[in-house]
Amino acid sequence: MATKDTPLRRDRRTQQRLARGEAAALGEVYDRYASLVHGLAYRVLGDERAADTVTREVFVHVWEHPDRYDPNQGPLRTWIAALTHRLAVRELRDTGTAALERGGPGTAADLEQRVRRASVAARADYIVQSMPAPLRLALERAYFQRRDYRRTAADLGITEEEARRRLRLGLQLLATAQDAADPGAPPGQGGAA
Amino acid sequence: MSDMSAAETPARDIPPLVLEHRVLRSLLGAWALAACSPEEAAAVDAHLGECAACAEEAPRLRAAVELLQRPDSLDLKPSLRTRVLADCLQRRPPRIPVPEWAAPYDAETARLDALLQDIGDAEWHAPVRLRWFAAGETASRRTTVAGAVAHLLVVDGLVAVALGLPDPLGEIPAAAPGPASRTEAYWRASHLPPTRAVRAPWRAQSHDLVRTASFTGGSAGGLPVSYGDWALPLHDALLDRAFECWVHAEDIAEAVSYPYDPPAPGHLHRMIDLAARLLPEVLAARRRSAPAGPPPGGRRHLVAAGAPGRSLKLEIEGAGGGEWLIPLDSPAAVGSAEHEVAHVVLDGVEFCRLAAGRVRPEEAAAGQTGDRAAIRDVLCAAAGLSRL
Repeated sequence: MATKDTPLRRDRRTQQRLARGEAAALGEVYDRYASLVHGLAYRVLGDERAADTVTREVFVHVWEHPDRYDPNQGPLRTWIAALTHRLAVRELRDTGTAALERGGPGTAADLEQRVRRASVAARADYIVQSMPAPLRLALERAYFQRRDYRRTAADLGITEEEARRRLRLGLQLLATAQDAADPGAPPGQGGAA
Repeated sequence: MSDMSAAETPARDIPPLVLEHRVLRSLLGAWALAACSPEEAAAVDAHLGECAACAEEAPRLRAAVELLQRPDSLDLKPSLRTRVLADCLQRRPPRIPVPEWAAPYDAETARLDALLQDIGDAEWHAPVRLRWFAAGETASRRTTVAGAVAHLLVVDGLVAVALGLPDPLGEIPAAAPGPASRTEAYWRASHLPPTRAVRAPWRAQSHDLVRTASFTGGSAGGLPVSYGDWALPLHDALLDRAFECWVHAEDIAEAVSYPYDPPAPGHLHRMIDLAARLLPEVLAARRRSAPAGPPPGGRRHLVAAGAPGRSLKLEIEGAGGGEWLIPLDSPAAVGSAEHEVAHVVLDGVEFCRLAAGRVRPEEAAAGQTGDRAAIRDVLCAAAGLSRL
C-alpha cells in the first residue's frame, strides 16, 4: 500500500523492486512516467513513431539497468527525464546524419542547430512541468489565457506583488533551458545512459 | 484610466510612470509576457536604458516566453504500454512476473487510468448511468464519472481485503458485505459527491493488487475472494474486476464522449471464458428461484456429477472468441458435444455487453438453432451475471 513515504524513499524502493526483477514495478514505473517520457521525446523528435521508439528504449534501459540510477543524485523522475532527453537527442542526430549522408538537404551545421533548438524546447517543457505548481499556474494564466498580472492575481487569490514575483521567477527558471553548453545535455542530473 | 484609450495611445505619448527600481524589477516577468499595463511597460522600457542588471535580465525573460508551449495533447496509445512492457520483459525475464491471470486487470486498469488522465475537472462530474439486469428487468443507478471510479475502488477492495491489504471502505459501515452495499455505503458516507481525488486511491490500490498478486505467484490463485453472497477464486476475481473495469470505462468514455476500444483479444477471451464457466451456476440459481410450473430451459434431465449432460454450444465470434459447451442441467455436469441441444452464435463484444447488462437477452443479436427454451434460459443467465 502506498504509505506516507518521502519521495526519496519511494524512489529507492522502486529501484530495489526493479533490481529484484519485479514485473509489477516496471508496470508502475511505466504508468507513472510514460506520458512524461513520450511527451519529451515527441518535443525533441516531432514524430509520434520516433517518440514511441525512444519511449521503448527508455523503459528497456530502466528495466535492464536500474542500478544506474543513484537516488543520492536526485529523484527518479529527473533521471528518467535526463535519459529520455539524451536518447531522443541521439535519435534526432542519428536520423539527421543518416539523411545528410544520403544526400538530404541542409548542412551539418543546420542539423546541429535543429538539435539544439529541439533540445532547448524539451528542456523547457521539463522545467515547466517540474516547477512549483504556483509558478506554473501563474504562467499559464498570463500566457495561455492572456490575463494581465492583475487579473492573474485576482484569479489565483494572491496579491499583485506576488503575481509579479511568480511570473518573473517562473520565467527565470524557464530561461535556464537555454543555458546548457552542450545541446545534448540533459535537464538535470547527468550520467544517465 | 480607460484600458481602451490606453491601448490606442502610442507608447511614447504615455505620461511616464515613476516607479522605484524594486517595483520595476519585479515587473520584468509581467513585462516579458505583455501582462502589465501600457504605462508600466513604458516605465520598464525607459528603465532598461538606465539599469544594466535589468537590461541583462529582460531579454532572457523575453526569450524564455518563446519557450512556453502548450503541452501536446498527444494521447498515449494503450497498445504502446503492452508493446513496451513485453519488449522489456523479453530482454530481461522478470524474476517475479505478473501472473497471467492478473494481466487483464493490469491492462484494463492502465487503460482506464489513461482515459482519466485526459479528462478535465468538470468532466469528472458528468452523469453516468450504471446499468445491470435483475429479475428480468434492466435496473440502473445514476452517478458521475467520479462516482463510477469510486464504485470500482470499493468493489476492487473486496480483492484487497482477501489479500490482506487495507479496505478502501475503511471505517464506513456497509449494510451488507457485497458490491452494491459497499458502493452505496461509500457514496452515502460523504455529503459531497466524489471528485477526481478518487483517482489516486483507486490507482494506488490497483497497483497494489497487481503487485501483491505477483508475490503470491501461482500458489494463491485459488484463494477465495468473498463477494458477500458468493465467492470467486482470486484468479477469477481479478478477471471479474478486469471485466468490470472495462465495462465502467466504457460508461465513463461514453459520458465524456471519448472513444474506447474493447480489451486485447487474449484478455477478452479470458473474460468470456469466465462468464461461460459461471453460467451453469447461474442457471441452477434461476431454477431454484423459478416459480412452480415448467422448469426454465426445457425438461430437465437428472445427471450424475461429472457426467456429460444436455449442453448448449456457445459460439463466440470475433477477436477473443471461441466455443464453449454449457451444461444445462447441473453445474456439476460436464458439457458434452454428443448431448448438444442448442447452438448460439454471438459476437464477443455483444456477449460481454449482454453479460454486463447493457443488452437485454431478447435483444441480443444472436444466431440460434435448437431448443428455444434452453437458449432463452442461457441468454437470461448471461444477462443475470451483471450487477451493480
